[in-house]
Amino acid sequence: MIKIENVTKKFPGMEIPAVKDLNLEIKEGDICVLVGPSGCGKTTTMKMINRIHEPTSGSIYIDGQDALKMNPIKLRLDIGYVIQEIGLFPHMTIEENVATVPNEKKWPKEKTKKKVAEMLTLVGLDPELHGKRYPSELSGGQRQRVGVARAMATDPPIMLMDEPFGAVDPITRAKLQNEFLRIQERVGKTIVFVTHDIDEAIKMGDTIAVMRDGELVQHASPNDLLSAPADEFVSSLVGRNRSIKRLHLIRIREILSDLDRPKPAKVDTSVDDIRKQLDESDIRSVMVVDRDNKLKGIIGINDLKKKTGEQAADYIQELDQSVTSDATLNDALSVMLECGEGYVAVVNEDDQYQGTITLGDLLNVVKEDE
Amino acid sequence: MSQGINIYLYFSKVFTGDMFMAVGQDRPGLISRTVTYIGRRSDLIWDLLLEHLWLIIVSISIAVVVSVILGVIISYKSSLAATVLTICQIMMTIPSMAMLAFMVPFFGIGFTTGVVALILYSLLPIVRNTYTGIKEISPAVVESAVGMGMTEWRVLTKIKIPLARPVIMAGIRTATVMIVGIGAIAAYVGAGGLGELIFQGISRSHEPMIIVGAIGVSIIALAFDFVLSWGERRLAAVGKVREAKQ
Amino acid sequence: MAKTLFRWLFVPLLLIAAGIVISVYTVNNPTDSLVARALTYDSILKSLREHLWLMLVSMIGAIVVGVLVGIMLSRPKLYYLGRGVENVVNVGQTIPSLAILALFFTIIGLGFRVAVFALFLYSILPILRNTFAGIINVPDSIIESARGMGMSPFRILTLIELPLAFPIIVAGIRTAIVINVGAATLATFIAAGGLGELIVIGLSLRRDMIVLTGASLAALTAIILDYLIGQVEAKVVKWV
Ligand SMILES: Nc1ncnc2c1ncn2[C@@H]1O[C@H](COP(=O)(O)OP(=O)(O)OP(=O)(O)O)[C@@H](O)[C@H]1O
Ligand SMILES: [Mg+2]
Repeated sequence: MIKIENVTKKFPGMEIPAVKDLNLEIKEGDICVLVGPSGCGKTTTMKMINRIHEPTSGSIYIDGQDALKMNPIKLRLDIGYVIQEIGLFPHMTIEENVATVPNEKKWPKEKTKKKVAEMLTLVGLDPELHGKRYPSELSGGQRQRVGVARAMATDPPIMLMDEPFGAVDPITRAKLQNEFLRIQERVGKTIVFVTHDIDEAIKMGDTIAVMRDGELVQHASPNDLLSAPADEFVSSLVGRNRSIKRLHLIRIREILSDLDRPKPAKVDTSVDDIRKQLDESDIRSVMVVDRDNKLKGIIGINDLKKKTGEQAADYIQELDQSVTSDATLNDALSVMLECGEGYVAVVNEDDQYQGTITLGDLLNVVKEDE
Repeated sequence: MSQGINIYLYFSKVFTGDMFMAVGQDRPGLISRTVTYIGRRSDLIWDLLLEHLWLIIVSISIAVVVSVILGVIISYKSSLAATVLTICQIMMTIPSMAMLAFMVPFFGIGFTTGVVALILYSLLPIVRNTYTGIKEISPAVVESAVGMGMTEWRVLTKIKIPLARPVIMAGIRTATVMIVGIGAIAAYVGAGGLGELIFQGISRSHEPMIIVGAIGVSIIALAFDFVLSWGERRLAAVGKVREAKQ
Repeated sequence: MAKTLFRWLFVPLLLIAAGIVISVYTVNNPTDSLVARALTYDSILKSLREHLWLMLVSMIGAIVVGVLVGIMLSRPKLYYLGRGVENVVNVGQTIPSLAILALFFTIIGLGFRVAVFALFLYSILPILRNTFAGIINVPDSIIESARGMGMSPFRILTLIELPLAFPIIVAGIRTAIVINVGAATLATFIAAGGLGELIVIGLSLRRDMIVLTGASLAALTAIILDYLIGQVEAKVVKWV
């Protein structure tokens, strides 16, 4: 899909090239993550694909066509672009921002309007509520979403994303990453994704290209990168806790079905029944759901001491946080550590209960690996 | 069309080979006549120059005192700030010739009229900058000063005004450069200064006189701008050094 | 809609009414025959017409030329020239308006057209500088994302750079108007008429009434224009 051949970029007035003799092939539908320390040439590499920077030498092919011979404007209209600083247009509303490329392509008004609403919904924003606002009236995370929606508005087959989730707090970032992966599962675009966070690279990438000083050091799948780093530099980049890093690679739903967990209790179950259930299965607490299977909280055996004949609803302890099943095991671990509990409840988008992950489950996964 | 030709003639008069003799005329060229004029009337020019500087310095000195006090007051009473700043803003919008004319019925023709008008024009830049300069000081700095037991007066004189000084200085510069030009107009209501050369020159069609007057005030304005911006940068630099030393 | 328009125009209309009241009063209650001869509806209207005409022609010229040249200088190829021009403009703005008018008098002579030309050149400066600065200061990241999405340089200029620079350009126009109104009052010294003429006649006849009438009308004109452009400045920008 994208083929970068012997590409070198030397900025005028600079001694050493920013990118040196780079070769990289990215398959259709893959997310290729460029990762490496600051200043190693990730952004420069990405920007040569849509010719914001022209390569000094070498060639770039997109779908077999020579990108350097194409009309740059036509080329860019078919490549989604999210830059490091987001770059929303402050004088345009969110709707107008997302409509940028449709307008450049002279789409009819109706089609554009429908598409904008669709894109905003896709990235989890309410077109009614947020559409007419200006970028300055949104939070950092919301702006990042708009940046992604704007880049995808005309369904470009290729997306370039430069640290698209860089400017938000870790929890929001994890959420945006998960949502983005869910979207990607549906749309299957070819994506070049730049980051300097190796954890993000492992989580997001189908392949990871590690760069240093303008050169490509290793291009491999996350698993291969973790198990067979090409040299000292790569292994120091992925760090020592490789088995813990593997938690990034596994999604909760992949292990959830194999776990044998007690059924959740319903809110209107009586206290006696719950106690019986707990005693029989030899566990100390149970999740409680309502009639629509929505998670309400947890009940522990200690909460029920000397209580009889009442409904469970009166003794529920609410949970601070839960995770969705497409989050990674690492996300689950962070939530556990944050709440200081050895478990976390898993729900779907509608807050319906899916299961529970415990610290023990995570240990088992890490052990299996070794 | 004829204007275009005139401009062309003028520049050829001034800049081409025959710099000191007008082309095709037996009268000496403009530069040469101006130089002669300066030589002949250097006493007068010198006196008017000093008069002009005196007008500016008197006005700006009074204006600085008044405006800084006013700026400090409105920084404490924010209910007043909008009103005071709006009034100053409107005052600055009024054409200088009109402002001078308003003064005449009250202060007559002469130096005082000029000084009063110039002070009024200097108010806005200095008041506004004093106000914003003080308002922009980080609350943490003021709070820690108060917390260490400084009295309000000492907070003002030892913390607020020194920190706001570069901004106040910028206001003073704007005001000064502006009133150099208005001072020239004030010559029309008898305030003296280099403006007199301009007005007399125009009424007598005496070109060298106009040129000396016009270039004279321009040089004064540029000189004030240069010196005061240097002072402004120094103040800012001193502030930075102090911060760095902390 | 009508209501907003009314609110917009309320202050200007009030000030215009004040101007009319002053004119009617002074024309009908002259303190002596000299005043009566100098202050007639004809003479006041003539001065006002000259004054507005002087400003209108020079301002429109200055806005067109200032904005166009500002845009040209902000193009990457002319950027360094633009930086140089910025310095020249700063020096030019330091030169007092009376000096500019006087120098133009020595260059071209007397008359309305000379005054228009001098005011035009003088008013270009703040507009040009602000247009240039406004465009140059649009963050690179915004330009780059526009480029990356396939916008042509012309579309970037019209859809991104100019709208973002607009508040700064308007501020420049506002500065230019204040300078222009002030300088227009001086145009009388080079025989270009305007409201300054009433002031000058009043001063030479030593009649305060004429002086004050001229000064009030000049001041009201300035305040009205400044108010209107201030409203534009405040209302148009919704996105900050
Ligand atoms: N427009 C430019 N002109 C000159 N040099 C540049 C330009 N852009 C980047 N460089 C240089 O090229 C090198 C690579 O920069 P690049 O932006 O690609 O780094 P990066 O890997 O994206 O870093 P970061 O993680 O900090 O974003 C750096 O040394 C940088 O200084
Ligand atoms: Mg980068």
